Amino acid sequence: MSFNVNEKGYYGEFGGAYIPEMLYPNVEELRQKYLSIMDEPDFKAEFNQLLKDYVGRPSPLYFAKRLSEKYNTKVYLKREDLNHTGAHKVNNTIGQILLAKRLGKKRIIAETGAGQHGVATATVCALMGIECIVYMGEIDIARQAPNVARMKMLGAEVRPALSGSRTLKDATNEAIRDWINNPVDTHYIIGSAIGPHPYPDMVTRFQSIISEEIKWQLKEKEGRENPDYVVACIGGGSNAAGTYYHFLHEPEVGIIAVEAAGKGVDSGHSAATSKLGKVGVIHGCKTLLMQTADGQITEPYSISAGLDYPGVGPLHAHLAQTGRGEFFSVTDDDAMNAGLQLTKLEGIIPAIESAHAFAVLDQKKFKPEDIVVISLSGRGDKDLDNYIDYFKL
Amino acid sequence: MNRITQKLQEDKKILSIYFSAGYPNLNDTVQIIQNLEKNGVDLIEIGLPFSDPLADGPTIQASSTTALHNGMTTQILFDQLKNIRESVKIPLIIMGYFNPMLQYGVEAFCKKCAEIGIDGLIIPDLPVDVYADEYKSIFEKYGVINVFLITPQTSDERIRFIDSVSNGFIYMVSSASVTGSQSGFGNTQETYFERIAEMNLKNPQIIGFGISNKETFNQATKYAKGAIIGSAFIKHLSENGSGKIEEFVGGIR
Repeated sequence: MSFNVNEKGYYGEFGGAYIPEMLYPNVEELRQKYLSIMDEPDFKAEFNQLLKDYVGRPSPLYFAKRLSEKYNTKVYLKREDLNHTGAHKVNNTIGQILLAKRLGKKRIIAETGAGQHGVATATVCALMGIECIVYMGEIDIARQAPNVARMKMLGAEVRPALSGSRTLKDATNEAIRDWINNPVDTHYIIGSAIGPHPYPDMVTRFQSIISEEIKWQLKEKEGRENPDYVVACIGGGSNAAGTYYHFLHEPEVGIIAVEAAGKGVDSGHSAATSKLGKVGVIHGCKTLLMQTADGQITEPYSISAGLDYPGVGPLHAHLAQTGRGEFFSVTDDDAMNAGLQLTKLEGIIPAIESAHAFAVLDQKKFKPEDIVVISLSGRGDKDLDNYIDYFKL
Repeated sequence: MNRITQKLQEDKKILSIYFSAGYPNLNDTVQIIQNLEKNGVDLIEIGLPFSDPLADGPTIQASSTTALHNGMTTQILFDQLKNIRESVKIPLIIMGYFNPMLQYGVEAFCKKCAEIGIDGLIIPDLPVDVYADEYKSIFEKYGVINVFLITPQTSDERIRFIDSVSNGFIYMVSSASVTGSQSGFGNTQETYFERIAEMNLKNPQIIGFGISNKETFNQATKYAKGAIIGSAFIKHLSENGSGKIEEFVGGIR
């Protein structure tokens, strides 16, 4: 079975490009050119140089000794939190800004929920001197003030999404509307492994540096390239896609996906798309989607702003449907406690998104000889207010 | 013969009006349709509201949101329209996004349209390629016409393909924009209108997006078979309720 995208842009039954005709020329141009541009030697050289000197890659693969002792298994952390801007998001924005330049685009738009992707986009736009507009839900703007300030310092214009529920999905709608209104000079940097083909594949390829590094780093440390498990949290699923990519066709590597259960999968306040979603179309792709029986998209909930997306990337929908991926749901409470535990045992404060991935250690029993690589997708600085509130610090 | 095809053969410029079903009030749908017909509108696009209408500007978004708050659903719309053919003769089209249709079932949706007497569908986020591969035979089985959009950026080659797959009319989006976002047409639009007129397509074209009054209607229909008014009519509904439709239509022609 293949877990790569096929010619028409599908992973099994998921994916495709369900876009209004107004977007067709832009998306089609991207579809025709993304692979050949990414394959150009000078593109690769520039991409790799920036990842090394600007982002700070390779990110370490760190053996978490005390965490491993506690769970009686071997846990490695892939330290995406140490990247410039504090998360994996920048791997993708570096790739897409270089691609946008080669497509001759003069203006960048992006959506953001918690602000991490917005900051990563504003950062590369500052780096390249390109105009940047970030759409962000009005509600998220209010609750993520430091990231809004960062984007402004970086020279981006932050435009509030005032429609619908005024959060991430609406910010995405607004970015798409902007792209419809500006069909020639603008590139849309989508932040997750979602959207119309070729976005899920393109974002996955830019993030695949994560699993590429895990392979050689693990070989150095353990004498083998393949761990027994790779674990990542999933909102739209870009860090997960990058963490899994080079292991998708290695059957001995277990793939573990962790979704946000919010206040509980059946509480009515959850973002566990693989459990609650049905096949549907959102933001240009067919995937699993939280929606009413009537096909209206519903608003998910998670304490972590980066995981409250009502859909999941089409690759992940395919992994869930085929059983290639094992999907877990982690509540707000369990994620917060896992975050605090990692801080106390290893001296690392994780983003609340990433903390969800660590809570799997309490749900699944690993063997002592298992090697479990967990993607530590972002650092927790941005979440301090949440940690302070939650733990009454 | 499908009512759309029949209407398009008439020797006149087509005035088509869009409104969101369930707006301003849940049960206004039928009355609005009847009033539009009574006042000489040729074709009606009934908007099936969606939570995430990504090709629409603020006016239609807001009417869609209100309609959903009012309780509109696919099933309620079909129930409201159940007996519509007892009073209304002009062609009726449902315009909506793909996800609600997918949940209803594409075949069940088309079947229901055929039963009620809905003549066609416009689904902005169902691309012509996917339609041709997966759904064309279902639409044909129930005699429901699917209408596709073209824009100033659509290549001639793709327009020819869309023309070959279409069997009603082609919905010409006047400019690169979401709905309701511009006023008046400049040289760019006129050049585009001329370019399409000169392609001699097998399907007539109806222009939409940016038609708001008599002037823009006349400009558009100089080149095309007809024109569609959406946001401007919805603004009229918000200000006047469903009562003064005569005034609005009378102001167009």
